[in-house]
Amino acid sequence: MRRFILIVGRELRLAYRQGGDAGLAVAFFVIAAALFPLGIGPEEQLLSRIAAGVVWVTALLAVLLALERLFQTDFEDGTLDLLALSPLPLELVVLAKCLANWLLTGAPLLIAAPIIAVLLHMKTEGLVILTASMLLGTPTLSLIGSIGAALTVGARRGGVLLSLLLLPLYVPVLIFGVSAVDQAVAGMGGKPELLILGAFLAAALPLAPWAAAAALRQAVE
Amino acid sequence: MHRFANPARFLRISAVILPWAVGLAALFIATGLYFALFASPPDYQQGESVRIMYVHVPSAWMASFVYGGLALTSAIALVWKHPLAHVAAKAMSPIGACFTFMALATGSLWGKPMWGTWWVWDARLTSVLILFFLYLGHMALLNAFEDSSRGERAAAVLALVGAINLPIIHWSVEWWNTLHQPASIFRMGGPTIDSAMLIPLFLMALGYTAYFVVVLILRMRGELLARKIRVIRMARVTGAEHLSASRATS
Repeated sequence: MRRFILIVGRELRLAYRQGGDAGLAVAFFVIAAALFPLGIGPEEQLLSRIAAGVVWVTALLAVLLALERLFQTDFEDGTLDLLALSPLPLELVVLAKCLANWLLTGAPLLIAAPIIAVLLHMKTEGLVILTASMLLGTPTLSLIGSIGAALTVGARRGGVLLSLLLLPLYVPVLIFGVSAVDQAVAGMGGKPELLILGAFLAAALPLAPWAAAAALRQAVE
Repeated sequence: MHRFANPARFLRISAVILPWAVGLAALFIATGLYFALFASPPDYQQGESVRIMYVHVPSAWMASFVYGGLALTSAIALVWKHPLAHVAAKAMSPIGACFTFMALATGSLWGKPMWGTWWVWDARLTSVLILFFLYLGHMALLNAFEDSSRGERAAAVLALVGAINLPIIHWSVEWWNTLHQPASIFRMGGPTIDSAMLIPLFLMALGYTAYFVVVLILRMRGELLARKIRVIRMARVTGAEHLSASRATS
């Protein structure tokens, strides 16, 4: 457990001292979401209809943006080899890195998302559910993302490849995240969708680090 | 299983199977097409356009079936490090991608007269589209590394992760309300379509499977030969180096 916390702490310290990555993901999220009213037009009804989808899709892309460097920098400077040799199972190392990644990108998105949703004229009933759905959904995105990041470690054109691999796997989270908000706005609560998002998280929590660790072992072998 | 790990033995056995598979594929597809296009009745509701089914449904089956094979060979490759399994997986994904594309394209052509639209964003169509992207991702990952064996292993992990999509595709028409019709052949209580349509459908499915075997064997043989050529070339280069080195010393 102490080693697990050490890795999380190391990731957070690195991000803090290097600055950038975490802030960049949120900045990308805000700017990309702001493009939609400019592209579609400021019509209030239309924007409030598509607000949930816009927030979720841009959040998904923002998470994707930060994932490329999840293992790549550690692979390049040799840290990954040491982590693989450490007594902590590689699965837990992956989990620690996912947690740090979520704290740096997913958690700030949770704060930014309702603000953007208000700017896009989302109805107030949807805001709480939006935050709840992102609270359940963004950790799943980080976890599934760790598989893709582990698979593309050391690949040519890793970034483009990463989105080709991950976006299909992100589709279920996107569908249920958006439909939770739509149901809430329509006055039907949206609880079943939230429960399904929770189920995704519960399934990804043990399975994704397992698959990602298998992929990382292939990379450092 | 490791009896078949020897590429030379595989080349021998596959050379025997290949002409039979070609013959079966030609036979089944020819008779299947005859029944499908001429000797089967038009549907009472859909008219003649029901004949798209005989191309569409077997390609959709093959799309899932080939992915199942891909996941299975990937698992064998990762667990037993079977040398031919990686070759088979590499040979399978483009074939599967073609079947998936054919299922999507013919389904779209069928959807226009029947549903009045080329495409709906329902669960069955979306999950098959995702299957198509998984195939593309598999192919891209295979070629993304300088070290090709690293790409093979990464692609094998991806193939296993993507296998989660197969049950979703199969049950998508039951879990969600959709335009796409529910399963009418592989269901509890027997098929609900008439044997006049079922026979050409199965003939086509058998023909597609035989055709898959033909292309798979051809692609695997091609890959093995390409590797052989690479090894010979490398040997020639290093051999030439040895020669020039020994010349320099003498």
